[in-house]
Amino acid sequence: MDFHFSPEEKAFRQDLRAWLKENVPPDWEGVFLEEEEKEWRQGREFVKKLSDKGWVAPSWPKEYGGMEASPALQLVYNEEMGYHRAPIGSVVQAVGYIGPAILAFGTEEQKKQHLPPITAGEIVWCQGFSEPEAGSDLAALQTRAVKDGDDYVINGTKIWTSNAHRSDWCILLARTDPAAPKHKGIGFFLVDMKSPGITVQPIINMANVHSFNQVFLEDVRVPKSGLLGQENQGWFITIMALDFERSTLVAAAISMAKRNLDELIDYCKETKVNGGTLLDNPLVRHKLAEMTIEIEVGKYMVYRVVSLQARQEPGSIEAAVCKLYNTELDVRVANTGIQILGLYGQLQRDSKWAQLMGRFQKSYMYALAMTVGGGSSEIQRNIIAMRGLGLPRR
Amino acid sequence: MDLGLSEEQELLKNFARDFLEKECPEAFVRAMEEDEKGYTPEFWQKMAAQGWQGLIIPEQYGGTGMTYTDLIVLLEEFGRALVPGPFISTVLLGAMPILEAGTEEQKKEFLPKIAAGDLIMTMALTEPSARWDASGVEMPAKAEGDSFVLSGSKLFVPDANVSDYMLVAARTKESANPEDGITLFLVDSKSAGIEFTVLKTIAADKQCEVAFNDVRVPKANVLGEVDKGWPIIQSAKNKAAAAACAYLVGLAQMDFDVSLDYAKERIQFDRPIGSFQAIQHKFADMIIDVDGSRFITYKAAWALQENEPDAEMLVSMAKAWCSEATRRVVAHGQQIHGGIGFTKDYKIELYFRRQKWMELMWGDADHHRAMVAEKLGT
Repeated sequence: MDFHFSPEEKAFRQDLRAWLKENVPPDWEGVFLEEEEKEWRQGREFVKKLSDKGWVAPSWPKEYGGMEASPALQLVYNEEMGYHRAPIGSVVQAVGYIGPAILAFGTEEQKKQHLPPITAGEIVWCQGFSEPEAGSDLAALQTRAVKDGDDYVINGTKIWTSNAHRSDWCILLARTDPAAPKHKGIGFFLVDMKSPGITVQPIINMANVHSFNQVFLEDVRVPKSGLLGQENQGWFITIMALDFERSTLVAAAISMAKRNLDELIDYCKETKVNGGTLLDNPLVRHKLAEMTIEIEVGKYMVYRVVSLQARQEPGSIEAAVCKLYNTELDVRVANTGIQILGLYGQLQRDSKWAQLMGRFQKSYMYALAMTVGGGSSEIQRNIIAMRGLGLPRR
Repeated sequence: MDLGLSEEQELLKNFARDFLEKECPEAFVRAMEEDEKGYTPEFWQKMAAQGWQGLIIPEQYGGTGMTYTDLIVLLEEFGRALVPGPFISTVLLGAMPILEAGTEEQKKEFLPKIAAGDLIMTMALTEPSARWDASGVEMPAKAEGDSFVLSGSKLFVPDANVSDYMLVAARTKESANPEDGITLFLVDSKSAGIEFTVLKTIAADKQCEVAFNDVRVPKANVLGEVDKGWPIIQSAKNKAAAAACAYLVGLAQMDFDVSLDYAKERIQFDRPIGSFQAIQHKFADMIIDVDGSRFITYKAAWALQENEPDAEMLVSMAKAWCSEATRRVVAHGQQIHGGIGFTKDYKIELYFRRQKWMELMWGDADHHRAMVAEKLGT
């Protein structure tokens, strides 16, 4: 039971923090806005600078542009990046779980081809998992991959594909053996988004932003070298990848929530009402205290997952617990912010009356994406109950 | 950074679990609820033989010289086994303040006896106002010659009825700052003028009303300095609150484990009730609450041990969270058990009642949330 960070970890935190303060623009709203064209470009420039420092993918091996960072150092990284709202939305998936899946299951050639361009900040990846009829029941996916000579020919439709319209490559799940039980006949493919037969159609989200897409695949030819792992191993790789995803994305998310809360507390200290400040209002204080506590609890859930990783002990259920709690917490933090801001809480950033850059109204909407994406809260609870606790399916 | 237990702590935990399963079964817990003392000297001595009362007492005073976080690991097991008796009172409210604020003589007099299992202690802090802050200490202590004379009433004093000595907080000076003017006295529980009445509580633990009728305490029995007792009390309160959290974590974990077994075995509609999502999702939420409680407790305990500047804030965060989270756990545990959960025969009710006891001790969630809110303003 030791909560100390090592001198090396502390020094890295200082370096990174100082660098972020210089390189994240002070009026940067947060990662969500990279979905707008201008912010996307800023984000890409930022990733380039990050790449120059060698800081795109700390946990990866050095030969692929990583730092071989320990889990604790990686945690420090995630905390600082999240707290400073570093605009890394364009690489978050590639660094968090796509690259690690390639590292774990890829051939030497695949690693050499795909990993260095990610850490160089040159290539953007998207994730082709969900389909119109395969959401929470992901293994029910119908996209087909049929072997034809040295290629696979892929037909089907993917949906909720974030950043597909800006991506160079896509990880894609497709059915390689339709006769096998549904979890057993799936292949995991690495697909060049410039391949003929791919059409990307925008889907506008409720924040009125083009964030995700529907992707149509019509006779798309993928060479054999585009198969990751074995032909029918896709589901296994996916489960591993989603575990990586759950354990890596949360540390940054909770630090971002903490930043939002810190700024909200400052706002409450400064805002005058009835001859006092907002912070003098007992109902406001109660809400802020509650959120402070809940974020602190979430933080140590993350630390616990990191501790398990460092000890190389299994932690996928713990990661699911962590993801479940922290994403639902983000919803509460966003709502608390809006409630405390009152009528101002609904204003968008571009209103001259907007407070705290309209962040809370935005995160109030985007927090919902977190409790659905990467396995909804309900799916997390199922995983915890059945995979974790051994409760029977029927 | 590693939130796992050290090898030594793993050993302590495993040993304690085995020991308590044997020495502190459900029947013993129930018997101690009925027993007027709430503990047995045999069990107390067996624990002392393991070095538990002296766990945090340095070797030079007869203890084993382990750390506060080691004690937290042990107390988690105590919660799991619902260990009854004056252990937290003696160790956290007696030994700890003496260790932190006692004179060399006082340490030499009290600590070896505590470690040997020969001395039971507690702290008499709260009064009928039932406040945890300094303003709650109103009972006066008046200087008279070589003594102080204590008159008044203390309420909700844990295990006072079986104590040999009590640390009694009393007001020796009226002052604009309520934290100024409180003195801590080491009072022999057999002193003339002291009366104990055991309160009947939800957990059938032994909290007492303690009446002081002109009780004379020698001046040499002041712990720390006259009028300057509050910081000692505050430190004890923080450590006791984190200890209560650890007890709650163990208690909630066991409630969870028992409920999980039950859900796998109980058949309704021709299937185990644990196969229903309505039940499964309760378990997922219970894990969040148990794990959430455990690791914020570890952080608070570690911060206290390391004298981190935000230790007090972390204790309040931990106690605020654990108080409510573990209540949610035992409430789910009851609901999962259905009718059998409401009977006295089945063990799950023990956890439900005892959770409420520890939830209220050393400040409930509202109290500690208010403490957190206060610190947000600074």
